[in-house]
Amino acid sequence: MTLEFWVTQTFNGLSYGALLFLLASGLSLIFGVMRVVNLAHGSYFMLGGYVGLSVIWRTGSYVLALVAGALALAVVGIAMERMFLRRLAGQTLGQVLMTIGFALIFQDLALLIWGGDPYSIRPPSLLAGVVTAGPGRFPIYRIFIIVIAVAVGAALWLLLDRTRIGAMIRAAVDDPEMAQGVGIRVPRVSLGVFALGAALAAFGGVVGAGFLGVYPGLDFEILPYAFVVVIVGGLGSLPGAMVGSLLVGLLDNFGKALFPELSYFTLFAPMALILALKPTGLFGRA
Amino acid sequence: MLELADVHTYYGESHVLQGVSLGVRRSEVVAILGRNGAGKTTLIRSVIGFSPPRRGAIRFKDADITRWPPYRAVERGMGLVPQGRRVFPSLSVVENLVVARRDGGRFTLARVLELFPRLAERAKSRAGRLSGGEQQMLAIGRALMGNPDLLLMDEPTEGLAPLIVREVGRIVAELKREGLSILLVEQNLPLALSVADTVHVLSRGQIVHSSAPAALMANEAVKSRYLGV
Repeated sequence: MTLEFWVTQTFNGLSYGALLFLLASGLSLIFGVMRVVNLAHGSYFMLGGYVGLSVIWRTGSYVLALVAGALALAVVGIAMERMFLRRLAGQTLGQVLMTIGFALIFQDLALLIWGGDPYSIRPPSLLAGVVTAGPGRFPIYRIFIIVIAVAVGAALWLLLDRTRIGAMIRAAVDDPEMAQGVGIRVPRVSLGVFALGAALAAFGGVVGAGFLGVYPGLDFEILPYAFVVVIVGGLGSLPGAMVGSLLVGLLDNFGKALFPELSYFTLFAPMALILALKPTGLFGRA
Repeated sequence: MLELADVHTYYGESHVLQGVSLGVRRSEVVAILGRNGAGKTTLIRSVIGFSPPRRGAIRFKDADITRWPPYRAVERGMGLVPQGRRVFPSLSVVENLVVARRDGGRFTLARVLELFPRLAERAKSRAGRLSGGEQQMLAIGRALMGNPDLLLMDEPTEGLAPLIVREVGRIVAELKREGLSILLVEQNLPLALSVADTVHVLSRGQIVHSSAPAALMANEAVKSRYLGV
């Protein structure tokens, strides 16, 4: 085990954690406000990647791919919430079943449209190189992912913690009925949060397509990671999603590098341990 | 201002309000009295829209609001001080106030903080860490931030120390002087009788007595039978 190994794996873990944060922050927000366990969240990630791919094929613009992926899935999220999930408000099991139904439909739809071959989005040349510093070699694209995740995290924190809209969202998390009783349009808040969560996941999907690729099955491969992040960090907590993402990113990377045959164990055993000691997750509230 | 006509409200199969009719006029304070379980809180929940009636009609400022979502009733000029205060515990005092802000009236953040100096001192504290009395002030201030024409107050003195009960009584009287209409549910008989223009006694989901406060004060039969005093 050289120093280079530790530096490289730590860096890879951090950048994977940064990507997971883009995915999991939206999942956590949606759960916090709407109490919906959205099993279609991994599908948003995958579909975002595919939409980004198509946009790149047509236009060659990476920035446009990011924007289009996020916007397209925001629209999908809005339609799902408005036309389907809202009808099942308060029925947890019905909602979970509905989101898994959507996830399966999205899976088939993606196969139909984009076929079964794996694709990858080539990052723009600006982000293509590698930076060498001391014992480590750091791909610029992974540095870019970390920067993006930090920026998104900061923006979300400002939105939630420093604006009136953010306070309204938190009020709706604290007591949705009373929030309506002070004039907050809770259904609209829910819709906005759902759209934002879907857009973040899709944005992550486009970013992730630059190093994970995008392929059939990506949706259900990435979904457990998002859930581990959110469960470890605490459902509905933004700081929880941040810490959870980094933890899961590092655990997953070191697990796969050190004990490849036990990689699921190194990921889920700490989760079980944290849940046993603190059932609400690290930052969760009862 | 507010008009309830033959309102029937259910919780599941349980028939809680059994045909309640009453009105609140402009600048009038109407008190609802009655024992625990009489349906007082259900009445407030029906009016704001938390528990819409199954039958009957609720009219507010010339609109039929019977099945409106609560936020629409608030937008039309209703303010709620709910039972148990229900401040948003993870929000700061100021945030609790600004999320309820509706401009275009005499109550601004500055004015509300002036009315409740204690809240100004604790502006940045999380509402969940306030004392019961402070939370009650916050719940009242929050309702005022919406600049309501009608204030629904559900047991604003419940569980508070006598000194704070008097403070709440002073505030209700001041709001009345300002011309607000108030529908007040209260277990504290002296307080309710001192501010109300009209009192209704509720028992098992029906109004069993309506009069001016003085007439109820003199009616020992109603007081002992329905209020236990």
